[in-house]
Amino acid sequence: MTFYYEGQPVEAYEGESVAVALYAAGFDSLSWSSSLVRPRGLFCMIGKCSSCFMIVDGVPNTKTCREPVREGMRVERQRGWASPVASESVELSELPEVRIDTDVLIVGGGPAGLSAALTLAEFGLDVVLVDEHFKLGGQLLKQTHKFFGSVDLFGGMRGFQIAEDYVKRISSNPRIKVLLESVAYGAFRGGIVGVASKEAHYFVKPKALLASTGAQERYLDFVNNDLPGVIGAGGAQTVMNEYGVKPGERALVVGSGNVGLIVSYQLLQAGVKVEAVVEVLPEIGGWFVHAAKIRRYGIPILLRHTVKEVSGNGRVEKAVVVEVDEKFNPVPGTEKEFDVDLVLLAVGLEPDTRFAMQCGAVARWSPELGGLVPLRTLDLETSVPNLYIAGDSAGIEEATTAIIEGKIAALSIATKLVESSKASKAREEMDKLIRFLWDVYRASPLLARARKGKESVTVSREEMDKLRVEFPPPISFG
Amino acid sequence: MAAVQGFRKTGVVGLEDLSALGLLPPEWRLRKGPVVVLECPEMIPCNICVPYCPTKAITMERLIDLPKVNWDKCTGCGVCVAVCPGLAAFVVDLSKEDADYVTVPHEFLPAPKVGEEVVLLNKHGERVGKGVVTRVWERNKTYVVTVKTPKGLGMEVRAIWVER
Repeated sequence: MTFYYEGQPVEAYEGESVAVALYAAGFDSLSWSSSLVRPRGLFCMIGKCSSCFMIVDGVPNTKTCREPVREGMRVERQRGWASPVASESVELSELPEVRIDTDVLIVGGGPAGLSAALTLAEFGLDVVLVDEHFKLGGQLLKQTHKFFGSVDLFGGMRGFQIAEDYVKRISSNPRIKVLLESVAYGAFRGGIVGVASKEAHYFVKPKALLASTGAQERYLDFVNNDLPGVIGAGGAQTVMNEYGVKPGERALVVGSGNVGLIVSYQLLQAGVKVEAVVEVLPEIGGWFVHAAKIRRYGIPILLRHTVKEVSGNGRVEKAVVVEVDEKFNPVPGTEKEFDVDLVLLAVGLEPDTRFAMQCGAVARWSPELGGLVPLRTLDLETSVPNLYIAGDSAGIEEATTAIIEGKIAALSIATKLVESSKASKAREEMDKLIRFLWDVYRASPLLARARKGKESVTVSREEMDKLRVEFPPPISFG
Repeated sequence: MAAVQGFRKTGVVGLEDLSALGLLPPEWRLRKGPVVVLECPEMIPCNICVPYCPTKAITMERLIDLPKVNWDKCTGCGVCVAVCPGLAAFVVDLSKEDADYVTVPHEFLPAPKVGEEVVLLNKHGERVGKGVVTRVWERNKTYVVTVKTPKGLGMEVRAIWVER
């Protein structure tokens, strides 16, 4: 199909996002920063940053990474804050207001939300599952590597295959209503959640709510870190693995955690030359086996190194890497230059807790989990009654633990909403899963850091009751 | 805090490390024919090789334990090479006089073809020679490729590269 970028026709494939179609067509800059008028390129590609905001058919601030291409659509760059929409230039349609009463509202259709939705439906509960993207699956969609685990935890399957399996089962389940391209923008008094979608403005009144809202990628400070071509590692995965677009020719990857190692391997598969992976710590961050996978194809991992600056005319052309000392200060004279057109940041994730925070959940800072996260009981209920959290939004871990946490939260909700014989079955299953997660899965010494983080934000039922007295929740669900 | 293990700095696991972890096949077994080398030195919550092993040669008590190989039961069939999510399973055959044979997982296109000459890479990604592909099969987009390597490279070669 064809759409128009500032008047020029652009060829695109159906099912592509506007941002990806533009990138594939060679347009590196999608917007201009407001005060310094610097070009902005892709960054997160999952609707969390604001790098790809554009004017689409007259509507400013459209997240083009989440906007599917349509025949004849008009796309323009915007400079910083957009002017208000002029009513004569845009056709505004009245959306119907629709009230939905349901058992459970799930915000976020990634691994945690998907596993929760199916578990709840199996217990005969009605579910509304909301996601911002135009497809379900969250970050599973771009995971082309095989997952660790056991067979019953999808071990050996590739991430996108796990998403396909869930989506198949969910779309054929009459108890689960899926709202795509929809944003749960806020909770209101009375436990009603506003959901803005393209066909209606929904007011959802659930008996319980699961916020499985995922995470966003971190930035890193260095000179010209906003130059197009500096992309989040996950953003690059979206471009190449979800849409099949080669993100560049030569890459430097910053960070050797699992994301950095896996993205390096995937770049190699896509035919991109990976010049190096740099890691500021004196040790590789991710699993050894992921590191070995890229080392045997000759990709160097430079420990105690960081990126100092990038440069280029409208797009990254060069990156300068420097060694750091014990205090992480750059060591002068150790600079190395790489001719690269891609610098991928894999320097960690930050939980997206905006929904739970807006509901007034009591939170605590956990460096191990990537930031501020809601306190929760073992069965993942927050201080806001019947508001549950699971997955990366509950503290950065991984897709498999997100699947397990989603199931635990769903089972806990089921114990409250189903009749007693089924409730005791749910409780039994939940207790078993909690024991597995804490005593088996997280018992690996290499997961000690995440485990410590999760311990620091998990409280007993009694402590939670006290917290609710001390910090009365502004709203509750149910 | 314990000292950082060497392979966590290099991304390369040595034979001494593998031997210390019980993952290196003993001499007598290497002489007998194809056998698995699981280069899996960390406690990953993963046991996929266990249920898929057709001879039940790999065992694990808990999900996070290191795999244990029964060297009598392993036939070197290579199913674990295909299913290991970490691409950490290899099969070596050092029993032949003229050459060694190594079976590696391969997830790059173009798919290698039997009879084709390919570049042999070691754990550091260094080109250590050329080999000839003797067998290729595929499972869920992972090619399992056996290459004939010059004698003496069996414990060294851990990847191939197709130059076409």
